Amino acid sequence: MKNKWLAAPYTVWMIIFIILPLILVGFFAFTDKNGAFTLDNIMKVGQYSNVFLRSIWLGLLATIICLVLAYPLAYMISKASFKTQTVMTMLVMMPMWMNFLLRTYAWMSLLEDNGLINNFLVSIGLPRVHMINTSGAVVLGMVYNYIPYMILPLYSVLTKINGSVIEAAQDLGANNVKVFMKVIIPMSMPGIISGITMVFVPAVSTFIISKMLGGGGNLLIGDLIDMQFLGSAYNPNLGSAISLVLMVIILICMGIMNQFDDDEEGSGGVMI
Amino acid sequence: MKEPIISLSNISVSFDGEPVLKNFNLSIRDGEFVTLLGPSGCGKTTALRTIAGFIKPDSGDVYFAGKKITNLPPHKRNVNTIFQKYALFPHLNVYDNIAFGMRLKKKSEDEIKKTVTEMLHMVNLNGMAHRGVGQLSGGQQQRIAIARALANDPKVLLLDEPLSALDLKLRKDMQSELKKIQQAVGITFVFVTHDQEEALSMSDTVVVMDKGDIQQIGTPIDIYNEPKNAFVADFIGESNILDGLMVDDYLVEVAGQRFKSLDHGFGKMAPVDIVIRPEDIDIVKASSPGAHINGVVTSVTFKGVHYEVIVDVDGFKWMIQTTDVQHVGDNIGLALTPDDIHVMAKSVYSGTMGDYSTFSDEMEEDIILSEEADEGAEETEEKDEE
Repeated sequence: MKNKWLAAPYTVWMIIFIILPLILVGFFAFTDKNGAFTLDNIMKVGQYSNVFLRSIWLGLLATIICLVLAYPLAYMISKASFKTQTVMTMLVMMPMWMNFLLRTYAWMSLLEDNGLINNFLVSIGLPRVHMINTSGAVVLGMVYNYIPYMILPLYSVLTKINGSVIEAAQDLGANNVKVFMKVIIPMSMPGIISGITMVFVPAVSTFIISKMLGGGGNLLIGDLIDMQFLGSAYNPNLGSAISLVLMVIILICMGIMNQFDDDEEGSGGVMI
Repeated sequence: MKEPIISLSNISVSFDGEPVLKNFNLSIRDGEFVTLLGPSGCGKTTALRTIAGFIKPDSGDVYFAGKKITNLPPHKRNVNTIFQKYALFPHLNVYDNIAFGMRLKKKSEDEIKKTVTEMLHMVNLNGMAHRGVGQLSGGQQQRIAIARALANDPKVLLLDEPLSALDLKLRKDMQSELKKIQQAVGITFVFVTHDQEEALSMSDTVVVMDKGDIQQIGTPIDIYNEPKNAFVADFIGESNILDGLMVDDYLVEVAGQRFKSLDHGFGKMAPVDIVIRPEDIDIVKASSPGAHINGVVTSVTFKGVHYEVIVDVDGFKWMIQTTDVQHVGDNIGLALTPDDIHVMAKSVYSGTMGDYSTFSDEMEEDIILSEEADEGAEETEEKDEE
């Protein structure tokens, strides 16, 4: 096939910017400052298990909230008229056109103790609520930033479900709940899985959101890695080891997720 | 006479203010193979979907074995549908597709297994139980859809143009197979199609529809031999439709000649429509004693079993089907017997059809193609409606 040469530019790119760096991460993770082989870095990662747990917990929470919010919306959009569908998908994507940092800054000024929301609460005679620098604020930031990545794959699988399949299920005796559980959910599984992947992976490894909305008390893996490379605790070897462990954890999570998709024959959605 | 299993009583349905069914009444007897036949947009699919419960009529009622089911949702009706594009569940294999309805009814897995095996045997797909439905051909998918519906043990099976997506050979096979299945299970089949040949060869009763109204109900033989109006005569088979005059009972004037007729009861000197089927006309020597009508052959088409001959008689083009070869430009005589002349009352369709002056095979194909395109459009319209 001649066509395979069309992939050459990306293959070169991939080797230089993806494969090579991965090898470097692996190399740094298993060496010390002098380049000698060691397992110390990997061992040290264990000390940060609470950070790992918090990251996974908050990432999971954000993913679940995204799924719960996005599914009904995606379903509604998929059932709307063609015109409404176009408008709605554009509205979903619109925040993504704005800079990520700017959006998160905006949340800072909303959530601050002297921020817009608290000022509003005070003006109508309610007490101030402490919101910024809490894990809740971090989850909010994650949901806000990543929810389009949940909505879009769900919407795209839901629009592909043929109306006559739903009618067939009703015809065979399924009420609305059964239609949803036995036909719509299973048929949208590829979208659910790719949505979860596309939200969970960046949420688990984010550092900007936790830094800006979580303050110092909500350190996530991303922040930890950030500190090893750019921060005070400069230690690229440890940083690489943490990255490597994170990568393995995510791969395991995705492996488990894909098990749910086993029944689908060749209808797979976007996998990592 | 058996009780009607399904009755539609004064059903009216409209989409976007466009009436599709107007005061539609239909009774279907238990165990019958009934076909709703008509061109696209005639309301046949709408009538079927009203029975299935997917369409709630604006007015009128649906009865199932004498009980009103107008407001019953589809999942509570004891009828099952075969959809035009199969509508199998792509996430389930053949076995689970067929088991779908039974599992909802909480049948035991033993019983389900027995029924699925039985059903697969009936549709000649033994050993396919664990295939994915995506791996099956169109014909096989259609059989699975039939098995899936019948596994539910419905009292009535509704079939919405189930064969239209299959190629000709397969369609013929499936026609006889469906008929066999219907006789084997003994339940009522309500079959929707725009293919008149399909309707004639499979049905016990044919319901010819146009513009949301029933034009005629009858056995295939009645419908073909005794069409009620020009629409039915034209839609079912080929026909020469002429203006005629019922001079008296048993005496009719057509094409400038008086003929004995088998029909009566139209009154004296009543204008009527006359149908003469192309295969009933005998060709004789021009101006011979037997020739009632004389004309010039303008086109001859070989059709395999017979020739299709178009004859110009004073400007009116007749179609004749004959096994004798004729030549363009020949003068020939047409001979008719009283049996050949079928008299119909005048209707709104009078004068709009029946002359073959614009006839050509190509055009016929165009019409069929555009009808199929309309069919698609109609379907999306109906979907939008929900």
